[in-house]
Amino acid sequence: MTGAALLGRLGWQSLAFVRAWQDPSLNTLIAAGAAALVVIGAVAVVALITLRGQWRRLWREWFTSLDHKKIGIMYVALSFVMLARALAEAVLMRLQQATAINAPGVVDAEHFAQLFSTHGTIMIFFMAMPFLTGLINYVLPLQIGARDVSFPLLNAISLWLTAAAAGLMMASLVVGRFSTGGWSGYPPFTETGFSPGVGPDYWIWAVTLGSIGSTLTGLNFATTIYKKRCTGMTVMRMPLFVWTSLCTSILMIFSMPALTVATALLALDRYLGFHFFTNALGGNMMNYANLFWLFGHPEVYVLILPAFGIYSEVVSTFSTKELYGYASLAIATIAIAVLSFTVWVHHFFTMGQSANINAVFGIATMAIGVPTGVKIYNWIWTMFRGEVRFTVPLLYALAFMMTFVLGGLTGIILAFPPLDYLVHNTLFLVAHFHNMLIPGLLYGLLAGYHYWFPKAFGFRLDERWGRVSFACWVVGFYLAFMPLYVLGAAGMARRSSEVLEPAFRPWLLVAGAGALVLAAALAALFVQLWVSVRHRRANVVPAGDPWDGRALEWSVSAPPPEYNFAVLPHVAGRDPFHDAKRKGTAYAEPVRYAPIEMPRNSAVGPILGALGGWAAFALVWQIWWLAAATVIGMIATVIARSFVRDVERTIPAETVARIERDWHETLARSAPTTRDFETTAINRGLAQVLA
Amino acid sequence: MSAGDAMHPGLNLGQTDAETHARAGHDLFGFWIFLMSDAVLFALLFATYGVMLRGTAGGPGPADVYKLLTAFVETVVLLTSSFTFGMASISLKHARGIAPITAWLGVTLALGLAFLAMEYNDLATMVGDGAVPARSGFLSSFHALISLHGLHVLAGCLWIVVMLVQLCVFGRDGRVKINMLRLGLFWHFLDIVWVAIFSVVFLQGLAR
Amino acid sequence: MNRAARSLTTLVALAPLGGCAALKLGVMNAAGPVAQAQWDLYTTVAIVLIFVGGPVLVLVPIIAWHYRRANTESAFRPDWNFAWPLELLIWIPPTAIVVGLGIVLWQSAHRLDPYRAIALSRSPVIVQAVALDWKWLFIYPDAHIATINRLPVPAGHPVRIELTSGTVMQSLLVPQLAGQVYAMAGMRTQLNFAASRPGVYRGENTQYNGEGFARQKFDVVALPPADYQRWVRRMQHQARPFDAAAYAALFERATIPAPVMYSAVPDGLFGRIVDRSRLPAAQAQR
Repeated sequence: MTGAALLGRLGWQSLAFVRAWQDPSLNTLIAAGAAALVVIGAVAVVALITLRGQWRRLWREWFTSLDHKKIGIMYVALSFVMLARALAEAVLMRLQQATAINAPGVVDAEHFAQLFSTHGTIMIFFMAMPFLTGLINYVLPLQIGARDVSFPLLNAISLWLTAAAAGLMMASLVVGRFSTGGWSGYPPFTETGFSPGVGPDYWIWAVTLGSIGSTLTGLNFATTIYKKRCTGMTVMRMPLFVWTSLCTSILMIFSMPALTVATALLALDRYLGFHFFTNALGGNMMNYANLFWLFGHPEVYVLILPAFGIYSEVVSTFSTKELYGYASLAIATIAIAVLSFTVWVHHFFTMGQSANINAVFGIATMAIGVPTGVKIYNWIWTMFRGEVRFTVPLLYALAFMMTFVLGGLTGIILAFPPLDYLVHNTLFLVAHFHNMLIPGLLYGLLAGYHYWFPKAFGFRLDERWGRVSFACWVVGFYLAFMPLYVLGAAGMARRSSEVLEPAFRPWLLVAGAGALVLAAALAALFVQLWVSVRHRRANVVPAGDPWDGRALEWSVSAPPPEYNFAVLPHVAGRDPFHDAKRKGTAYAEPVRYAPIEMPRNSAVGPILGALGGWAAFALVWQIWWLAAATVIGMIATVIARSFVRDVERTIPAETVARIERDWHETLARSAPTTRDFETTAINRGLAQVLA
Repeated sequence: MSAGDAMHPGLNLGQTDAETHARAGHDLFGFWIFLMSDAVLFALLFATYGVMLRGTAGGPGPADVYKLLTAFVETVVLLTSSFTFGMASISLKHARGIAPITAWLGVTLALGLAFLAMEYNDLATMVGDGAVPARSGFLSSFHALISLHGLHVLAGCLWIVVMLVQLCVFGRDGRVKINMLRLGLFWHFLDIVWVAIFSVVFLQGLAR
Repeated sequence: MNRAARSLTTLVALAPLGGCAALKLGVMNAAGPVAQAQWDLYTTVAIVLIFVGGPVLVLVPIIAWHYRRANTESAFRPDWNFAWPLELLIWIPPTAIVVGLGIVLWQSAHRLDPYRAIALSRSPVIVQAVALDWKWLFIYPDAHIATINRLPVPAGHPVRIELTSGTVMQSLLVPQLAGQVYAMAGMRTQLNFAASRPGVYRGENTQYNGEGFARQKFDVVALPPADYQRWVRRMQHQARPFDAAAYAALFERATIPAPVMYSAVPDGLFGRIVDRSRLPAAQAQR
């Protein structure tokens, strides 16, 4: 067997370390340093787990778990790792532009292009998507009064496919080079004629694996919401977060296939010489633009809608008040989801189509602004006549409303084709979508993280560090992105590794400083986690209701038992737990406990993830035997699993009774807390109820 | 909700509890959603085909490469297989033993494989005539669409084999029945997609 | 540390001053009827948007602060969740604004369609632009001259640029004169504009296309019409003839240090490049 048959395109030159050794420059050293960070990080984690003898426990209690709560936590953990990498890349890019003004800067043009490609790809597919999927996973079944999602095994498979794809992104730092074609991977630039290396292949397979995972996730959540709501929870009684999760899931189901088609056809072009998007022989790259944005625009709302749901929960809870305009919020959510499929052409107004087409899509784009604006007002009216508590999640919600509206305004500017012609592909556009996604997605997810963390782990996050981090996210955002509007209006093209205009310097310096503040924000977030874990005993909330919550997830202990609800709840209104607390029916102990059936753990998820990851790696490097073996392995795993009949396990009634009695004893011991002390050690998770 | 309301109409689950029936409806609902997403996949490939139709780049066009007769025979074979699968579903619900089910499934499998063989033959002929996907955008989109459908049929055949084995191993237990219903949806879905391919690709291509 | 902080503060304080210099390069400093109309539209839309975003920016802090928990004076009605007047207020005016803006959008999209010829009395100049890695070729078919990375035009005359790409997709933008349109291989797009006063305006490719991307800039030089005519004649006589070597050099993936001029450009060069892209790579080499 020759080397090429055995290892495909893989060679010593593929390693970032070897390249740095042969040609030591600041550029290759940065690449090697990043690669070293990945390798050392991975080795350190493995060593730590081995030294502590935790492998067995991790495998049994986490990796093979089908518990939606654990899967949700693993998703969020994955997204934090990826956020750290992509944010570091963002800082490097800002530093490059701030220093490379008629000067070489710190990285070369090709490296810079890899940075913006991985930054975008990771932030969308491996930070935002896992983060929101994790939160929905954790919260959704609890909010609808269910014990798990509809297809727990499928849920685990989605997680591990996503993790494998994220692993592939990490591998690209060490072995080979990533794509330079940006997160949208436009051909013909990403065709073999212009990008012959493995870069676009890394992008194609990472995104494809991730998008398959997301399609399955959407399917799973949608089925869960349609079929697993507890008795009494009609559609118009679902918490708003469930509404937005439903719309997000539907968007995933219908939009992700477009991405899969786009990447698969690009792969056919690259691997088998097809002519879908090539310049020659009847290929047509405009079709790619249409396919990609048929996915890409709904994707924006896949990302933003769950955050809207989180804000609805947070604003209502921390205003001590019922949500204003529930029906109009639900209608607005549906309207946004439907309209999101009608605007994709606004991503390429400049492709030369007729003015009629551009005008229709421009008007449709502005139309989305109406339901979005309605939502903002709904939250304002929710605070109106309430008692607003400025906790960290609420601060994020306020910062979101103020900042997001600015992004919406620049969005309307971009919806005008003649104005889009001027600022398309410039930093104005970059500023606009960061202005939508940082408040509209990241702030929302962080609000959710602070809000539900005590539910998931049984202790609150440190409030002081939370505020520090919040301040840095907000200040950093304004510093980093407001200058980009100016630069974009001045015509500075996005994705520039060098700047030839000295007049841009002051703005680029401010933006660079902003990026550093954003890095500090993430650091503060990690410090907060560290501090909170260390002082967890002081901040425990075992009773489970630290914020005087309104929906069902607060009616169980923190952390909840694996079966969520000892007895599936019946609801009769929109804020069932809030109402129950006022009526005194909360925390009622049932007459007797019944045994509960839960899915058994399964290794299928990690196995499919590992095989999928290696299959993708083999395809990138064209190691055909490995690709064939892993794909056959995946099919065999699925078939083998279909023969397993013993997939459920029963938790005996006595065990349930013991867990529940322990919790009720805790409840009895806890002193009810008024809202004045909710961020202090007095808060044990039992809310004092004022009639 | 009484047990009667929750009974899944496609299933004869015997004297089982309402929860099992609800579970069946639940699992099938999830599969319907999967099929919707799969349908979007095909819809986009159809759209791509429509876009690429004129991109023949001087190479062979639809009229040069399509053969209506074999496509028609393939259609008949696939439609018949849908009928035989329907018979398998009926025997799953009403028949006593598993013999009728396996027999009808076997016929379906044979028809599916025959379809695949004919399709393979068609594509091989096209490739022999130089109508390879790398020749033009039009041929790329044609081959991608047909092959994706073919891959689905192949997956369906593999699934039938798995179900035949499971019927022998487990008999008609609840999971086998649910999976048979899912497989049925999948198989009929493939048929519908093929009908679209036959009318949009072959008939229109030749009518041009 | 302290010094660094102080210099940063100074920088932030001075940023607007430096910023004015930056904005002079953009549409705010419009130098032609298209860019001027775009800027006017920009300001109109921005004024309307003040009324769209303003209420939110005012209401959020006021309401959040007024109804803070510590303020015991404010009303507290935890079960209040709906009011028709408010509901109509948040649905109808935004819808009305979008309808109004939609009309403006429809009209402006047609008025400022890049394909639409500029209505000026003088005769238009036709230029064919080819996006290359990493440079721009401008062909003046009537004068049989061509330039790389420099686009002289007569001030006051309409200019019609026909675009294609000899490589990947690119986008041509001259912020002070007009918006951008993509240039795609094997296809033709069009951009119409005019420079109303003589001057040098920065043009660029805004669509990432590889390592030389950041340096793919050019100057649009608007000359007084008489000077422009002189320049054309001078190029026709003095520039080096466009030959096979020049043609081959176009498709090398490289930046060029300084603009290049050619004379004796054959008829149909643009069409030849459009057709070239449709050929498979092996034939295109020839």
